[in-house]
Amino acid sequence: MATADIHITEETHHDGHEHDHDHHGNFWTTYVFSTDHKMIAKQFLITGIFWALVGGTLSVIFRLQLGFPEAQLDWLKPILGGWITPEGKLDPEFYLALVTMHGTIMVFFVLTAGLSGTFANFLIPLQIGARDMASGFMNMLSYWFFFVSSVIMLVSLFIETGPASGGWVIYPPLSALPQAVNGSGLGMTLWLVAMALFIVSSLLGGINYISTVINLRTKGMSFAKLPLSIWALFLTAVIGLLSFPVLFAAALLLIFDRSFGTSFYLSDIYINGEALPNQGGSPILFQHLFWFLGHPEVYIVLLPALGITSEVIATNSRKPIFGYKAMVGSILFIAILSFVVWAHHMFVSGMNPFLGSVFMLLTLIIAVPSAVKVFNYLTTLWRGNIRFTPAMLFSIGLVSFFISGGLTGIHLGNSAIDIQLHDTYFVVAHFHLVMGSAAFFGMLAGVYHWFPKMFGRMMDAKLGYIHFWLTFVGVYLVFFPMHYIGIAGYPRRYYSFTNYDTFNSFSDLNTLVSVAAILTLVAQIIFIFNFFYSMYRGRKASANPWQSNTLEWTTPVNPGHGNWPGEIPTVYRWPYDYSKPGAKEDYIPQHIPFSMTPESNLPHENDMIKLEGDGTKVVVDEKK
Amino acid sequence: MEMTSDLKLVEEPKKPLSMNPKKFSLWLFMITVVMIFAALTSGYIVRQAEGNWVMFELPFEMWVTTGIILLSSATMHWAYLEAKKDNLERVKLAISVTSVLGIMFLIGQFYVWGVLVNSEVFFVGNPSGSFLYVLSGLHGLHIVSGVIFLIIVLISTFKYKVHSKSLNQIQMCTTYWHFLDALWIYLFVFLLLNH
Repeated sequence: MATADIHITEETHHDGHEHDHDHHGNFWTTYVFSTDHKMIAKQFLITGIFWALVGGTLSVIFRLQLGFPEAQLDWLKPILGGWITPEGKLDPEFYLALVTMHGTIMVFFVLTAGLSGTFANFLIPLQIGARDMASGFMNMLSYWFFFVSSVIMLVSLFIETGPASGGWVIYPPLSALPQAVNGSGLGMTLWLVAMALFIVSSLLGGINYISTVINLRTKGMSFAKLPLSIWALFLTAVIGLLSFPVLFAAALLLIFDRSFGTSFYLSDIYINGEALPNQGGSPILFQHLFWFLGHPEVYIVLLPALGITSEVIATNSRKPIFGYKAMVGSILFIAILSFVVWAHHMFVSGMNPFLGSVFMLLTLIIAVPSAVKVFNYLTTLWRGNIRFTPAMLFSIGLVSFFISGGLTGIHLGNSAIDIQLHDTYFVVAHFHLVMGSAAFFGMLAGVYHWFPKMFGRMMDAKLGYIHFWLTFVGVYLVFFPMHYIGIAGYPRRYYSFTNYDTFNSFSDLNTLVSVAAILTLVAQIIFIFNFFYSMYRGRKASANPWQSNTLEWTTPVNPGHGNWPGEIPTVYRWPYDYSKPGAKEDYIPQHIPFSMTPESNLPHENDMIKLEGDGTKVVVDEKK
Repeated sequence: MEMTSDLKLVEEPKKPLSMNPKKFSLWLFMITVVMIFAALTSGYIVRQAEGNWVMFELPFEMWVTTGIILLSSATMHWAYLEAKKDNLERVKLAISVTSVLGIMFLIGQFYVWGVLVNSEVFFVGNPSGSFLYVLSGLHGLHIVSGVIFLIIVLISTFKYKVHSKSLNQIQMCTTYWHFLDALWIYLFVFLLLNH
């Protein structure tokens, strides 16, 4: 194995991290058990895409039931087998399982692991100027825990009693008692095992992200010069680090209740007239513990997408991001608030109304930093030289969903209104727009934007446009009518509404939603094709195809292990010097010192020229 | 944060302040452990406030195990100080003693469970008892991980990899062991006040 070893050990800051393996590697070390952050990011991305297809397909199956309640589904028998009843209908219990698994897969496996896992791994070392993550080995473990977790979750779809079916929030006692629903048997056990592994994976990843951002930044990369994408991914990791252990604790107690007969969440339960022995448990306790993770989780899903959008919008508007500090501040503020609003999910669980009003107030405050972010996106776009790349369109689409879904959040955050709207399709519309679709669009924007850096080739823009418009229109057609259906009182998770006269007038709306959902899913095939085709046949990318300022574009087109062949570039300026007055070009990358740009420097930047590159001393200027 | 506003720092590009990523990661890991126990103990308080809570006395033996783990923290620190002075033989002795004390603590906790069962406090039953078993059991699992870490450090000491110029590993082990000790003190005091 003693071929040409590229020793970069001195450059990396891993103490005691022995690089004794061959860096060219064989198939297994390069593509499977890789410790290179870029390969791990691609592994997360491709697994995420796989899960997105599974999650999307599940939703289309239950949309068939909701949109066409009379339809004969016999033709699905070859795939679903016994889950289609002899009358040719979807089995009602399987319907619940579909809803549960769709939620679990989308929230955790696609928009947490697929989004954070991909972009935190890919962007953090490249954008802060590091050779790799703090611990490549832990990073590899993070992926493989996720992989095993994925396998277990996937297996649970195929067992005889069906996967977990108590909703993605797995409230006990439904999830605790196999007598309640078939899915609460083995399916729920597999769900819990898979999620425990998933939490381990998230924590391993999160510890690495935080540690890397804090300790491995290149020279000159102060926190004030970090790209907003890194700020978002960093604070996302912090939120995950604080909230995932709480879900672990909640799941642990549930496991004890399910398998060992304890009564943390169970009390006074009668099944077929027979009392269960469990006494003294509290199901509300589970809701508190779950939502202490569950609410921060929606920001774990959303913040990386917002960070990616900041980057894409500034680059393609050819303008500095409007209000950089306000953007950082609002991410930070959202991160803090995310931990003190969890009980707004429990307004109808039996809460002291005074406590409810406190949580209501805190919830509504989140509108402030969210509005700051929207305002800053719009003002960055305002009078910019906008380049409508596919990534830019998806970013603008995200802002649109963030506004339309965010507005309904203000309704739902009010405890009085929530009594009417709780668990209706209004809620479904709200969070699918603001969290689901927005985060999904952020992820797609990230893929289109960083594809050239990932694979050295460009994705096809025309297919990107078609994909965007079909998806954008499709998403609104799916979720906008749900507001009406929800206000009319349709509860979510119900198998059928045909027995209620009140709801008959909305069946055509439900059909429309289902048709739109099917078309939107089909539109994703364009993306899948574009993704894999461009990987091998796409136009070769240049080093900096979007003329962007951040450090990843200073690496070779196909960066090797260690990212930069020579020294890591030093950072002199913030990442948003686009269209700077006087500058030769409309962008000045972060590693260009002020001494090279006298024509565009501001007075205080000229003063900094003499500080560039003379030893290591720090000059403290004490005037105000 | 405040400082930067009234004191304008002008600096040339320099390496940002950083600490050993492994040590830093250990601290982050300890934060996650804190969050698990914070969740469990706050769940304990929330559940207790709802009533139907069986009261019982904590067994006296718990004071003994608490004493053992406090002592082990002292011997761990002794090991670290000797490593700084390159007294490797004493480092080996001190780490061995710490590991034995750790295992004694585990046996002690298991014995406490037996005492609890004899006084009719069961894992399956009123949550007041169940919580006690979960808290001490989960802490015990972390002690197991700590003992494994101690043995790894002990092996490194035999291989002359722990000395005054190479303290990272033993420092991390010391930090973790003190943390597990402090965590138990927190749990013990918490249980004394809220049982």
